[in-house]
Amino acid sequence: MSDKRIRVLIAKPGLDGHDRGAKIIARALRDAGMEVIYTGLRQTPEMIASAAVQEDVDVIGLSILSGAHNTLVPQLLNLLKQKGMSDVTVLLGGTIPEADIAGLKKAGVAEIFLPGTSTQNIVDFVRERATRK
Amino acid sequence: MSSDRQPTTRRAAGEKSSERASEFTTVSGYPIRGLYSAEDLSGWDPDRDLGLPGAPPYTRGIHPAMYRSRLWTMRQFAGFGSAADTNKRFRYLLSQGQAGLSVAFDLPTLMGYDSDHSHSEGEVGKCGVAISSLADMEALFDQIPLGNVSTSMTINSPAAILWAMYLAVAEDQGVDWKHLAGTLQNDILKEYIAQKEFIYPPKPSMRLVIDTIEFGARYTPRFNPISISGYHIREAGSTAIQELAFTLRDGIEYVEWGIRRGLAVDDFAPALSFFFNAHNDFFEEIAKYRAARRIWYKTMNERFGVKLARSSALRFHAQTAGCSLTAQQPYNNVVRTALQALAAVMGGAQSLHTNSLDEAWALPTEFAATLALRTQQILAHETGVANTADPLGGAYFVETLTNEMEDASWKYIRKIDEMGGMIAAIERGYPQREIADASYHYQVSVDRKEKIIVGVNDFTGEESPIDILRIDESVRGQQAEQLRKLRSERSSEEVARQLAALRKAAQGTENLMPHIYAAVKAYATLGEICDSLREVFGTHEEASIT
Repeated sequence: MSDKRIRVLIAKPGLDGHDRGAKIIARALRDAGMEVIYTGLRQTPEMIASAAVQEDVDVIGLSILSGAHNTLVPQLLNLLKQKGMSDVTVLLGGTIPEADIAGLKKAGVAEIFLPGTSTQNIVDFVRERATRK
Repeated sequence: MSSDRQPTTRRAAGEKSSERASEFTTVSGYPIRGLYSAEDLSGWDPDRDLGLPGAPPYTRGIHPAMYRSRLWTMRQFAGFGSAADTNKRFRYLLSQGQAGLSVAFDLPTLMGYDSDHSHSEGEVGKCGVAISSLADMEALFDQIPLGNVSTSMTINSPAAILWAMYLAVAEDQGVDWKHLAGTLQNDILKEYIAQKEFIYPPKPSMRLVIDTIEFGARYTPRFNPISISGYHIREAGSTAIQELAFTLRDGIEYVEWGIRRGLAVDDFAPALSFFFNAHNDFFEEIAKYRAARRIWYKTMNERFGVKLARSSALRFHAQTAGCSLTAQQPYNNVVRTALQALAAVMGGAQSLHTNSLDEAWALPTEFAATLALRTQQILAHETGVANTADPLGGAYFVETLTNEMEDASWKYIRKIDEMGGMIAAIERGYPQREIADASYHYQVSVDRKEKIIVGVNDFTGEESPIDILRIDESVRGQQAEQLRKLRSERSSEEVARQLAALRKAAQGTENLMPHIYAAVKAYATLGEICDSLREVFGTHEEASIT
């Protein structure tokens, strides 16, 4: 695993167009030497799951600022399970109320990064998770 | 003017630096010198470059007495859940002394989908109010007399349709359209550049914008058909100079399209309004607003030869910076917002929205929204800053920064002119790339603690959760039920007839507003009208730039 580059899919599910965070994370992970695929805007959970399979990624980073996380994230996690991709690490960033965090983690999100997180923390987390496998 | 001037150092040769940093920059990374003096303003002519408030080039503001004659409009953006939920919030805000309404729509509405569309799942009523038809718009303004309030609507791709719904409610209330006051955001260019809520490709989208401008010039003289917005450009991570330059270049693009339509520039230019961000860096923001007025004055006179004074006086709304709010130590956001609002007032804003302390977590609670409104009322009535026009006029630092921001903006404007205009620049990804670079560099400087954010990368401490607004997940179900009822009760023949007429008109070149209005009156839904136009115009996909 160590000599293979970590592959990350950065995805924007739902109708939300706020892509500042997604783009910054994509660039920070790329600058840290990872292979980053950015889906672009307005991806359905189906599109994201298919892209994850096709690109054979280790990590999926979701960015949601619209409040639709409780609907979209469980849909994606189910689809990943159906496609035999439940070992993929799923991360979430955006405007996520504290009260929703426990439920999302229980559903299978590995970590939730709130506004104000440094990109280095995210790089370190991704590297640690991806090399652990 | 002063762009090539070398930074001056006021320190005697050989004197050891006692400064606490090797360089001082604004939040945008723009270098600031240790002292500004008359030397920085050599070649600057106060009669030509400054003038008086209410007089060209409007650097000091667009009214002679500024806030002594009339305070800015306190206009708090609100919208969540169903039309009935938001109607309640609107009536509360009006009862608390707010002067104008500002509607936030949910993402399905912004993207032209009905609440019961599959893409709307999880999004209905979340970021704003769900409006799928004229019936929802009627509920939104129930018991609010549209002749007595001014209403701003943050809607872009489907702006013509939501505006038609608003006009229909006004007609129903018996209000003459001539008396309607308000603003449509309707700025599609900044959607491609920054906010990304676009439906159709740029050219048919521009046609819809010009249709509303033309319709407004004829029927709604007090309604601003567009609010040319830098706010979202800045929120996407641009510098203050990029916000200023891209927004004004967007303004130029709309004027050119209006003229190409055959409109006389003085017939529509006075109705063009602007919308800027009010970010953390106090003087940079003030200089930005002052430079904006001077650039617009020069542009409208020199480039477009306007005859009316009102055609070159830039009016703007300001909103404090959402992206500056922190999830950590959220009460600090009250202080940030107050200072940002102060900058907007010192810069001569015509209307202002102050953000709420809890918006890094969710839409604001009524408590937080009230505190944000109170912040403006304290500024207006307790601080004394509204007692004189342009209190900072003539300050060496402020005037120099105003000059430098103007010069830097002209460079961007010329560059975009050379590319063939803003649509050509957008198609090349030019403004998008400039913003993405600026946004990344800012994040790097925060990660390296070159820029300090209190409570985030310094001065951190214990966090305790705050109460936040939860949106009822049942809104989508209620909306779906109402839509089912609407579709069964309206005349489907009439809807089909109006949508067919709209599609036919869209294939030609005539103004689409009368057709959209007729479809809305027949209770065709937002999604049905947008789909009809999708059939003719197609949809837009962007090439992602990271």
